[in-house]
Order: sequence, then structure tokens, then C-alpha cells
Amino acid sequence: MTPATEVIHPVWLRVTHWTNALAVLVLVASGWKIYDATAFLGFAIPGTLTLGGWLGGALLWHFAAMWVLAANGVVYLLLNGFTKRFARRFFPLSFSALLGDLAAALRGQLVHADPRHYNTVQRVAYLFVMLDSMVLVLSGLVLWKSVQFPLLRTLLGGYEGARLVHFVAMSGLVCFIVVHLAMVALVPRTLIAMVRGR
Amino acid sequence: MKIRVPSVLSVDGKAALQEAVDRLAHANPSMDASRRNFLRRTMTLGGLSMLTGCTLVDEDSVETALTRISRLNDKAQAWLFDPNRLAPTYPDSMITRPFPFNAFYGEDEVRAIDGDSFRLEVTGLVADKRSWTLPELRAMPQIDQVTRHICVEGWSAIGKWGGVSFAAFLRRVGADLSAKYVGFKCADDYYTSIDMPTALHPQTTLALTYDGQTLPAKYGYPMKLRIPTKLGYKNPKHIQAIFVTNTYPGGYWEDQGYNWFGGS
Repeated sequence: MTPATEVIHPVWLRVTHWTNALAVLVLVASGWKIYDATAFLGFAIPGTLTLGGWLGGALLWHFAAMWVLAANGVVYLLLNGFTKRFARRFFPLSFSALLGDLAAALRGQLVHADPRHYNTVQRVAYLFVMLDSMVLVLSGLVLWKSVQFPLLRTLLGGYEGARLVHFVAMSGLVCFIVVHLAMVALVPRTLIAMVRGR
Repeated sequence: MKIRVPSVLSVDGKAALQEAVDRLAHANPSMDASRRNFLRRTMTLGGLSMLTGCTLVDEDSVETALTRISRLNDKAQAWLFDPNRLAPTYPDSMITRPFPFNAFYGEDEVRAIDGDSFRLEVTGLVADKRSWTLPELRAMPQIDQVTRHICVEGWSAIGKWGGVSFAAFLRRVGADLSAKYVGFKCADDYYTSIDMPTALHPQTTLALTYDGQTLPAKYGYPMKLRIPTKLGYKNPKHIQAIFVTNTYPGGYWEDQGYNWFGGS
């Protein structure tokens, strides 16, 4: 089988990827509008980057997209586990390999010749965004229903702690997206693979 | 004394009729205006349309879908609600001072209510529909607690409210505890409604005091409903009338698109 015809990303992966992208877009834009209602960190997000028009509208979007994100995330993780793709793609991980790949990346020499293979920087980045999304969902759960999840609330530093965790995790996700999109712009072939599967 | 359980049909019929009369009385252009307002304010596709560079969707169908999902959200929250799970309480030293003022109007517009002539009306699916004076409510057993008020806008503050257990009050007036909703009409024209399980939650209080003092006007004199398991807008101030019903009563912010259950 030649690389040109081999399926790199199975259908389920592409569907969950783009569903996730849409949910995250809606959640981040509406979340910024919700943040602006108090702007507790002392700065506001420009209104043109937000979704929902007003607080009530932003909440409607946010509370709709959260179901999509959570359900899609569960499907993604389960299929990743069942198909053994998770172990194949993201492991083994080694610190020295990460350092090596990082150094190569900084010298502009990190090769991306084979889109079937993730280098260590990619593995770490994708694992980070999976963990970060879980933190986002769990801290969001505390903000949504703080009385009903007492253990989670305590672990996240109380109600106000959970708010900060939610914001920091959102910032981490947005940073990932910026780098992710920059990489796609540098290697457009990866975008085609994520659309067509190969 | 044995409290007679009211016949559901007759009493609710009366409440429903009253509500219909009220709705007709208020069925004016402002209703339409607020609906248009809801559409306009909710469906500004801000970031989304800017990023995609086009108007993506039919606004009516989006509004319908979002409202439906919000009803699903109500059901999920009702399912998650545990009547025995208490909101955290705090020591007096953690009370937020000054506790923020919050309403749909400015602090200079706070209503002054005359406590002497005040009567709390109780209607709908209750056996005893007589009105209550403030001394009568103060004569009932009082409870207080220091809890966190969480606002839908994102801030929170800790305060101390005291008064009558709302569950005890509902039992005292012979409310139909299997009814779906308890509604509130307020002297500042605010209105809201809550689910019966939340009304019966042990921390839900018909608050007459704030921080050990008679409830000040800015916090809702003569009484507010304090619900630590719900967001701030579900805690009505200046309560004038309480009614028990199976007909969905909505609420001031809820009718504009805020989630009805509004739990925390």
C-alpha cells in the first residue's frame, strides 16, 4: 500500500475532530462573552470576537455546545482506546526524544515527512490538549453545578478556584489552537489528510 | 389540626384562570418587544459570523434549537439535584463586606416598602390562602446560614441570611408538595419561579434578615427567598405574593433567555 492511498485518519477520527473544532469554537467565543460580564481578571475580550450578543445568549450557546463537546469527547476517547490507536500514535513517550525533537524544531529541522507518524512534540501537544480539555470539562462542571459536585469543587480550590482553573485551561487550549493552526499552514498536507483521510 | 389536601383540579384551575387573566392584562406590545429583543440580542452571531464571513443560519431555527437545549438543561439539572446535598457554609469572618447590590435597576431605584401595611399573599395550590403579616412570619422558628451567592454574571459573594425555612412555611400553608412550581411576584415588578424540590431544600429560606439585622431595602425588604443551590436571579427580593402551581410560570430573566432551572 502506498502512502497516497493509505488511510491516515479513519472516518470516526475526522468526524470527531471537526465536531470538536466546531464545539470548541462556539464554547470559546461564547465563553469570552460570559467572561466579559464581570471581566474578573481586569481586561475585557473585544465584543467582535464573542458569540451570543448578550450574556443570556452566550449562556445558551455555551450550554448547548458543552453537550456536544462532552459527548464527542467520550466517543473520541472510547474509539481511540478500542482501536488501540491511542497506544500506537501517542506512545512511547520519552523525555530525551522530546528534547531532541524540540531542538530540531527550533533549528527548523523537524521533519514531517510521514503524516502517519507523530513526532514527540506532536504527541506531547495532543496529549496536553486532551488533558486540558478534560480539565476544562471538569472545572466547567463545578461552575455549572458547584453544589452538586463537592469533591470536584474542593479539588479545584472552591468555586472561585474553579473559575480561575476554567479560564487558565481555556487559555491553554487557545494557545494550542494557535500553534496547531500555524503548523497546518506550514504543512497544508495535514489539513487535506484531516479532510479526505489520506 | 388536619390540613385538608386541596382538590388539585379546582384549585389549580383557579390559579390557571388567574394567570390567564394576568397574561391577558399584560399581553401588550412590550411582550412582543421583549421577544424581538431576545432574538436580536441572542442571535448576534458575533465571532462566528465574522470568522466564517457569512450569515450561517436562520435565526428563528437557531433560537428554537437553543431554547430546546435549554429545556434539556433544566431536566439534566433537575436530575442532578440532590435534595440532601447542602451548599457549603462559611464562618461569619468570611462574609463579603459590603455585600454587592444587584437588581435589574440601579441602587437609587430600590423600592421602599411599608412593613406595617405589608401582607404576603399566598395563592394557588395551597389549603390556607390567608395573607401573612411580618410579625406572624417573625413568630415562626427562625434559621440562618452563611452561604455563597453566585451570580450568573460570574461574580460571587458570601452573605448571611436568616428567616423562616421555606419548606416549613409551605407545609404550614398546606401547599400541594407534589405540585411542579412555586412562583413569586415581587413589589419591584420582578417575578420568577422555582421547582418544588428546590423549594423544599433544607437551606431554602424565606429571608427576613441580613447579617442579623432586618433585611435592608437594597437586599429586598421585607423579604427575599434565599436559595444557596441556585444562581442569584432565582433569589427574588421584595416578595409580595407566593403561588403554587403546575402551570409553568417563567420569570423576568428566564423569559428573556436565561436558563429556568438556574441551579448551582
